[in-house]
Amino acid sequence: MKLCILSGKGGTGKTTLAVNLAYTLNCAYYDCDVEEPNGFIFLNPMAVSAEETLVDYPCVDYSLCTLCKDCVTACQFNALAATKKEILLFKELCHGCHACSLACSEGAITFAKRAVGVVEKGRSNGIFAARGVLNIGEPMAVPVIKHLLKQLKSSEDAILDCAPGTSCNAVTTLRHADAALIVTEPTVFGLNDMEIAVELLNHVGLPFAALVNKSRGEDSLITEYCGKNGINLLGVIPFSKEAAIAYSKGKLLLELPEYKLAFEALSKQLKEAFAWN
Amino acid sequence: MIAISSTGNTESALSDPRFGRCEYFALYEPKTETYTFIENKAQSASGGAGIAASQQIIDLGAEVVLTGNLGPNAYNVLKGAGIRAFRTSAVLVSEAVELYKAGRLSPLDEAGDAHAGMRKGFRGGFENK
Repeated sequence: MKLCILSGKGGTGKTTLAVNLAYTLNCAYYDCDVEEPNGFIFLNPMAVSAEETLVDYPCVDYSLCTLCKDCVTACQFNALAATKKEILLFKELCHGCHACSLACSEGAITFAKRAVGVVEKGRSNGIFAARGVLNIGEPMAVPVIKHLLKQLKSSEDAILDCAPGTSCNAVTTLRHADAALIVTEPTVFGLNDMEIAVELLNHVGLPFAALVNKSRGEDSLITEYCGKNGINLLGVIPFSKEAAIAYSKGKLLLELPEYKLAFEALSKQLKEAFAWN
Repeated sequence: MIAISSTGNTESALSDPRFGRCEYFALYEPKTETYTFIENKAQSASGGAGIAASQQIIDLGAEVVLTGNLGPNAYNVLKGAGIRAFRTSAVLVSEAVELYKAGRLSPLDEAGDAHAGMRKGFRGGFENK
């Protein structure tokens, strides 16, 4: 089972839930929020190995190039421009798709590689922990997420800690998941972005359930929405000052007895909801 | 030929302070003192709008661009193509041309911020500097 934790809205507690669930379920943890991977702050994995994520970018051989601009026209990402003298490349916009070289009738385009991020792997108290880290200034996270999720073993159980939102970053992670858990908060923003996440999950056809985090006892916004739409609401993680303090110190909520119980109950529900064993 | 980023397809339209995502380019031919207008094909690009708009300007054969701001990518494409750019405020297209002809526009000789036109439009509207 590969369970993706997503939210729509940022800051609802994806990483908090994901790291605590990974320990409770004794399964692997993958931090797919490569723009701001925070899971390792809580997991502190040991013996971390790192491997760069490399992407292709085109190089033009001007002894062959006729400046016909077919490569520029072929590029769907506007990463190329042609002047009367040369082809200009904007590396950050290049998706490495090779369309430019397919379009080039002169065979003038070859490819070189550059690093856009790194994938790190280690172990944390008996569980496997991995994350992708996008290099600062790079706009495209998907190559790093794909590289990270290549490490997934088909036999292993894993928690995939997804990026916020419902963009390519979230979609790429969902493509590797068997089921999803939406973590939301009982606010209007939480509900609004949850609705978008639900739409995405229905579109990709993944089974999913939901959970309210940071509850102060008034969750009708979310419970009514879930009831109306037949969404399996697994439960509620309460807000508390103690939890906030533990979080701010990079500690697991499992260190607090009442949260440990809550996570054990949640793990059980997840296994039942997704027939996971 | 002079290309002006424009909000409309007449010479009495306001010039557009955004380059990559303006709606139209007004093309002014000094020899005949006439305007033609073409849609900016890059205006709804998901990324690289400045680059694609610059390519369009190159392909149209303009020698001069009048606009409010050029991001780093658009700046580099136009510079690479030897096209000169001048800064306009939000005046009419025809006024921008008159100001240029009178030598009263300053050259855009460095790139502005990326996505400058999105700062207030996408998240609240363009702010004239």
